[in-house]
Amino acid sequence: MAIRLEPRSEVAQGMIYGSPLVAVAATLVSGLVLFAILGVSPLDALFTFFISPVSSLDGWTELFVKATPLVLIAVGLSFGFQANVWNIGAEGQLTIGALAGGGLALLFFEAESVLLLPAMMIAGILGGMAWAAIPALLKTRYNTNEILTSLMLVYVGLLVLSWLIHGPWKSPDGMNFPESRLFHDQATLPVFVSETRLHIGWLIALAVVLTGWIVMARHIIGFQVKVIGMAPMAARFAGFNENKIIWTALMISGGLAGLAGMIEVSGPIGKIQPMISPGYGFTAIIVAFLGRLHPVGVLFAGMLMALTYLGGDAAQIELNLPNAVTGVFQGMLLFYLLASDVLVKYRIRLAPSAPIISKTGPSK
Amino acid sequence: MIPDWLTPAIMTIVTASTPLVFAAVGEIMVEKSGVLNLGVEGMMIMGAVAAFAIGVTTGSATLAILFGALAGLLLALIFGLLTLNLRANQVATGLALTLFGLGLSALIGHAFVGETFPGLPKLDIPIISEFPIIGPLVFGQDFLVYMSVASVIFAGWFLNRTRWGLVLRAVGENHDAAHAIGHPVNFVRMMAVLFGGSMAGLGGAYLSLAYTPLWVENMTAGRGWIALALVVFASWRPGRAIFGAYLFGGITILQLHVQGFGVAIAPQLMSMLPYLATIVVLVLISHDVNRFKLSAPASLGKTFHPSQ
Amino acid sequence: MIEPRLELTAITKQYPGVLANNNVNLKIMPGEIHALLGENGAGKSTLVKFIYGVQKADSGQMRWEGKDQEVSSPNVARKLGIGMVFQHFSLFDAMTVEENIAVGILPELAKGDLAHRITEISRQYGLPLDPKRYVHTLSVGERQRIEVVRCLLQSPRLLIMDEPTSVLTPQEVRELFKTLRSLSEEGVSILYISHKLQEIIDLCHNATIMRMGEVVATCKPENETPRSMAEMMMGANLIAPERPDRRTPGPVRLTVNNLSVVSSNQHGVDLKDMNFDIHAGEVLGVAGIAGNGQRELMDALSGEVPVDAEACVIIDNHKVGRSGPADRRNAGMGFVPEERLGHGAVPEMSLWENAFLSGAQSMSLLDKGFIRNRESADYARNIVREFNVKTPGVENAANSLSGGNLQKFIFGREILQGPGVIVVLQPTWGVDAGSAAAIRQALIDLAGTGAAVLVISQDLEELFEVSDRIAVICEGVISSPRAVSDITVDEIGLLMAGISEPSSSAREATDGH
Repeated sequence: MAIRLEPRSEVAQGMIYGSPLVAVAATLVSGLVLFAILGVSPLDALFTFFISPVSSLDGWTELFVKATPLVLIAVGLSFGFQANVWNIGAEGQLTIGALAGGGLALLFFEAESVLLLPAMMIAGILGGMAWAAIPALLKTRYNTNEILTSLMLVYVGLLVLSWLIHGPWKSPDGMNFPESRLFHDQATLPVFVSETRLHIGWLIALAVVLTGWIVMARHIIGFQVKVIGMAPMAARFAGFNENKIIWTALMISGGLAGLAGMIEVSGPIGKIQPMISPGYGFTAIIVAFLGRLHPVGVLFAGMLMALTYLGGDAAQIELNLPNAVTGVFQGMLLFYLLASDVLVKYRIRLAPSAPIISKTGPSK
Repeated sequence: MIPDWLTPAIMTIVTASTPLVFAAVGEIMVEKSGVLNLGVEGMMIMGAVAAFAIGVTTGSATLAILFGALAGLLLALIFGLLTLNLRANQVATGLALTLFGLGLSALIGHAFVGETFPGLPKLDIPIISEFPIIGPLVFGQDFLVYMSVASVIFAGWFLNRTRWGLVLRAVGENHDAAHAIGHPVNFVRMMAVLFGGSMAGLGGAYLSLAYTPLWVENMTAGRGWIALALVVFASWRPGRAIFGAYLFGGITILQLHVQGFGVAIAPQLMSMLPYLATIVVLVLISHDVNRFKLSAPASLGKTFHPSQ
Repeated sequence: MIEPRLELTAITKQYPGVLANNNVNLKIMPGEIHALLGENGAGKSTLVKFIYGVQKADSGQMRWEGKDQEVSSPNVARKLGIGMVFQHFSLFDAMTVEENIAVGILPELAKGDLAHRITEISRQYGLPLDPKRYVHTLSVGERQRIEVVRCLLQSPRLLIMDEPTSVLTPQEVRELFKTLRSLSEEGVSILYISHKLQEIIDLCHNATIMRMGEVVATCKPENETPRSMAEMMMGANLIAPERPDRRTPGPVRLTVNNLSVVSSNQHGVDLKDMNFDIHAGEVLGVAGIAGNGQRELMDALSGEVPVDAEACVIIDNHKVGRSGPADRRNAGMGFVPEERLGHGAVPEMSLWENAFLSGAQSMSLLDKGFIRNRESADYARNIVREFNVKTPGVENAANSLSGGNLQKFIFGREILQGPGVIVVLQPTWGVDAGSAAAIRQALIDLAGTGAAVLVISQDLEELFEVSDRIAVICEGVISSPRAVSDITVDEIGLLMAGISEPSSSAREATDGH
């Protein structure tokens, strides 16, 4: 017997949405095995990891808080990935966005203006864009691979953060901890479900999903992005400007990552600290793929990924498991997704290994 | 007179460069076969954690090294199955490999944080190894350093002097033609991918066994990505890759020493140097589109669909 | 009794949705030059790939020199003595001639002084080659020699040649035929795949004709005419396109002035000082061997590679040399590139999205940056109806269409935008005869409405059918266009080879045309 991949004449529409479900199921099954290896009761662990975090209203609000940056970044990345622009430096853009937005909060520390928050948002977006502009410039001007440059800039961005909070921005009244002063209320995102941490950033993320959906489905920018990703020659034929699309994709993804960074520091964190993001910029890559590079898919994928963060925390507290389990789950999920994606384009056939020539072939 | 600090400084450059040599040479082989595996970072960190865990538990450096290579190879196997057999997107799968490797290594390494490993034994030839600079540099290294140099020579010889090397280049240059001529494209690629994985694993093993020697989460700190950049820098030639690796190793050590000399620059800014240097080098290498295209394997990153 | 060298019985191969080979039989004797004739998609390639071990058949039997034989891989085929020259060369640009040959022959043969043996063989058969040259520096004709020498080094007893002459000048073809005939005299069998009828009559002893995966006829080409064989191949009487009487040409619509382009591609061809113009109502054909600057000319005219000076390309008095494709479309140009899937159309996108691709501006399918879905779909349905495109609907993806249907769709898309100037490259490459005829007719009709039409093609018969004037492109230089009535195939052949002064000695060469 051999497994054969038989190309489908048409892409299987059902499988486009089915394969993430297959991947999630496979991840859960592997999770059972993983927990057994780690020496905890698999079913209990799965419950702790995936159910208990969302068994209360509080849990759901926390889920949305965690999903906010993931969804924001992943919507942006989806644009890029569809155009074959591989911005994998969102973590760096997030960091610089947080610094730009947060920097404004520190600069106008005593300001009592309603304009401060919007200004911080714009600064965050611009910061992320500026950081993404470097790979965009290098790619369009010097043909330099954006994967490597955007990633290198993550490390540089994190070092900028570290430098600022160890030096110029260190809180004067923080007992020498490497972090900034706590932002004032004017610089903090309002919470819209009282008694929780759920801030308006989540609403912004939802608005971005909706906008992204419309642009992707109906606007010429979405069309150009898709064409250049699927058939770059056809994009040239149609007269689309490739460099412009590369810039657009990087500006959208960089800007949204920067916004996510600003929302993190001005929302749940409230200050600038050494670790702003537990790898949201990288996890968002998985979110984008899991969401089929579609804004609405990204919304659900972002919530699922947020759950793995909450689950990791819960497993750490209740089961004493290292919260690195989260990373393993995320990686596995992406593997299974890529593997099950084969179902979209191919039919899998179990076939006896075909003889080269059947000697009993029809005789004339 | 030779200042006292010079010899140890040069020795640390060797230590800092060796992981890059392994990873870059492995990836050159992979890319020469037409496969772009962006998971070097993930394979390296898995090599690092596996080697360290085995080293600490068994006390055997040999076993540690073997398991480091094996861990990289297993991760590469996943990559190979996904991209070659299931024809998944190479970029996405490579990223997945890195994310997965970082997560799994943290999980495995959790129990080993704070442990130490005595390091790798160094060659010690009486008298000769005591020669200033040259002595320790050439005759006073550990086994893996010699192996990294040997791997460069091996890769150069294999690619340019052997039939299988010729076939591997052909597969990376034009997989359809290689298939039409009758070469087993996916088999060749899988072998290259597995080789690349074990080399990245060795690079990681060297980090945790000799460079630090400690286990720290995320300890590869982008070295896998720098190795990928080195492949481009080296125009896919092993000889140039070792040169590039030592250049980067040098920059890394240089910035540490500059900090040591009390230069009034924030350490964070100095630490940016290797990453910024990588970007600069990439720009310099790739800005000439034609030269770049000619040296890059023409089928790099393209999925091979055997015609029906 | 002499055993046949190769005998195939009842070969059948099913692809998803296509029966590529249905019960195919084939017999080749030692020293025989046997033609395998059929349109694109008739199943020739499938059959040949089976013989050479690249692909497996579902059923059927192969006998080699009297014995049942399984060919599981090209290596087995080579060991048996089967050599193959592919239509799409199996060559590696970044490697030398010697390396290219070494990688494609049995390891035992590649040992020792290969370079020396290459030089010897190439001298013996009149195929000059330098083993140390890099392939990307060679011309197409030289590249083919590598393939041939690669086969000859293995002393083949059956040589398969897949469309070998599509890249050669008529003169080079004659040289190749000499080589093939002398091989045949040495007892080598040759399976010669082509759809060029005159060549088969000139060269081959026997012919097997395939259509839709089946053998429909066998014949002795010397007893046939191109027409009779074409009818066997297509299964219908040929219809030559209808052409209105020669019109008096209208005003100039497209002018190309001193067009020079340095190719940005290492393997590309530079365009050198091109000058020509096309009048309203006129079809200008550009002949030439592949790789002589056709793509570069197409790119320069479509604006995908804008040129340095605005005045190099003028459409209806608009200077557009530095403009990109979108501006040139707005100025009234339409284009059909060579590659359907991936260049002229996005394979995974629906037909209506592909209609939108080039029609967005001129058909006003865009409203403040948003796509007008309904109007785009209407436009696509219009194309499907008027150009007889066979498809279940405009929601279907472009790659679900057959080559001919997709090409008709792409032509329809461009023509319905009412271009004043249309430039097409290889309009009927890999298209079935029916669609090809429809496309040629559409081009002539478009010219009839007053458009200027430029057809760049390697198919001389096609150019003679549709063109009013013909020019030849060779190494990036274009000859001055001449009316079809006063240029001969032979003269074109010499121009294609880069010989600008026709000599009388070459006159008789292509008489049969």
